[in-house]
Amino acid sequence: MRTTRTEITEAEIAAARARLPRAFARSSHEQARLWLLSSAAAALTLYCLYRFDFLSWQFIDGSAKFGAVVIAQLFPPHGYEYTPDFLKSMGETIAMAFIGTLLGALLAFPLSFLASRNMMPVRPVQFGTRRFADLLRAFDYLIWALIFVRAIGLGPMAGIMAIAIVETGTFIKLYSEAIENLDRKQMDGIRAAGGNVLHVVRFGVLPQVLPMMLSNTLYMFEHNVRSASILGIVGAGGIGFLLADRLRAYELQEACLIIILVVLTVYAIDYLSRVLRERFIVGRAEPAKISAKPAAP
Amino acid sequence: MNPPDTAVARFEAHYAEHRRRKTASTALFWVVFLACLAVAVITARFDIRILVEGLPRTTDFLERMIPPIALSTFADDVADWYWGFGKWMGSLLNTLLMAYLATVLGTAIGGVLSFFAARNLVKSYAVFWITRRVLEVARTVPDIVWALLFVLAYGIGPLPGVLAITVHTLGAQGKLFAEVNENISPLPLDGIRAAGGNWLHEMRFGVLPQVLPNFLSYTFWRVELNVRSATIVGFVGAGGIGHDLFTAIQLLYFSDAGAILLIVVATIMLIDMISEKYRHRIIGKDSLSR
Repeated sequence: MRTTRTEITEAEIAAARARLPRAFARSSHEQARLWLLSSAAAALTLYCLYRFDFLSWQFIDGSAKFGAVVIAQLFPPHGYEYTPDFLKSMGETIAMAFIGTLLGALLAFPLSFLASRNMMPVRPVQFGTRRFADLLRAFDYLIWALIFVRAIGLGPMAGIMAIAIVETGTFIKLYSEAIENLDRKQMDGIRAAGGNVLHVVRFGVLPQVLPMMLSNTLYMFEHNVRSASILGIVGAGGIGFLLADRLRAYELQEACLIIILVVLTVYAIDYLSRVLRERFIVGRAEPAKISAKPAAP
Repeated sequence: MNPPDTAVARFEAHYAEHRRRKTASTALFWVVFLACLAVAVITARFDIRILVEGLPRTTDFLERMIPPIALSTFADDVADWYWGFGKWMGSLLNTLLMAYLATVLGTAIGGVLSFFAARNLVKSYAVFWITRRVLEVARTVPDIVWALLFVLAYGIGPLPGVLAITVHTLGAQGKLFAEVNENISPLPLDGIRAAGGNWLHEMRFGVLPQVLPNFLSYTFWRVELNVRSATIVGFVGAGGIGHDLFTAIQLLYFSDAGAILLIVVATIMLIDMISEKYRHRIIGKDSLSR
């Protein structure tokens, strides 16, 4: 089979261009706006480069020093005789994340009902709880850790409380979103069968939201192991304290060993948490999901 | 024996068996959970007394961050509280510009690397593997640790802060962008290859138009995260408002710390709002779940 190519003349192209200018190029207005935006962004970038000394000897000298001194001294990792100390500190880090996440979840659980639209009919209370959660989340872990270190002293308790406070905010948000996505039918069924409010919560709400909550909690635990590993930099316990200490003392090879340890632990926890979530929580969530779907058309 | 009874009996036996298994697995869960909790409590030296004693001290600490403000002398009191307003605004500007520059540099580098970290776009497995590992290291090491390292080489100031956030950003953006790249339709690429285009043409005219909206929305989201990061890296000497906050809390200048914290929170909430608005304009909310 042969296809014949029909010639398109220049005149036809010109005609098409005149008829549908937007298909060939952006309108001059759009072009001008795009050009203006990108040149403004480029100018701001250049100004920042200048302002932060990227265009000076400080940057070149520093880069040379970074390559020659810092990178060169990091490897090979060294200080294996301290491994037991490092492992103990890493254990403390994981424990801080575990207890902090748990405390946050326990505090957030009752509050999340106050923060959900379908459970809390008094709008100002619902709105207020949500904003309170936003406020807790707005500060980073390190800011809370800094405050707790000054208020209750150095050590892992400050880190635990920092994680617990931020997580309370995060969990109120996540849990109340899960509660707001509830299927009403199960609750209606229990109410129709004569159940009281507690029955509705226990048999209508919890089976639906618990898998979601557990999965979120596990995910945040994973996230908090990362956060907990740096809280020690401001004195709030965990491996970060040793890391900052070694870095400030220029013991870069030992610092490198700690960084490798942290990275490996984070991978291990990620893997474990993913397996747990997929194997158990999703598995348990399935029946609830199936029964939530109406069998009728 | 009538048949319905056996059916019921079979059901009852099956149900009892199911309940038994469920109870056993629940019991196992609690045993494991409580064991973990016990180990954690011992390892982290968790002490409820510190918590009970510490809470009033913490609330006291937070209360002292807001100095007494009387309604009659409202303007004077607030002016007194925010005595360093000009200085702090300068630091805030520094923080925001640090976040901007780090986002631009990190996104640019990460964006270029993402093409080499997408399995469908590079032929050589070695290039793909190495790029992926580089991105992984850049992303997994926390930005504040990068800041500590850069402070060693570049000295104290915003420069090491920008570099630290840039490295973390390029790792995160590179990975996200690579995933976007791997989900594109290969048909436009075939077309460009058939028309005689080289690899660069394929990337520019085949891939970029497909991925740009996603790239942009991730970048807006990254600005938000980087403003937070830029505040934090100041704690280890990398400039910006984080440095002022760190000093104020360390030296127990309560009202200063409160004033700066308020500025930080207001800024972060404002940026969240603006960025969310633009993200939604560029792309639907669903595609943003990580």
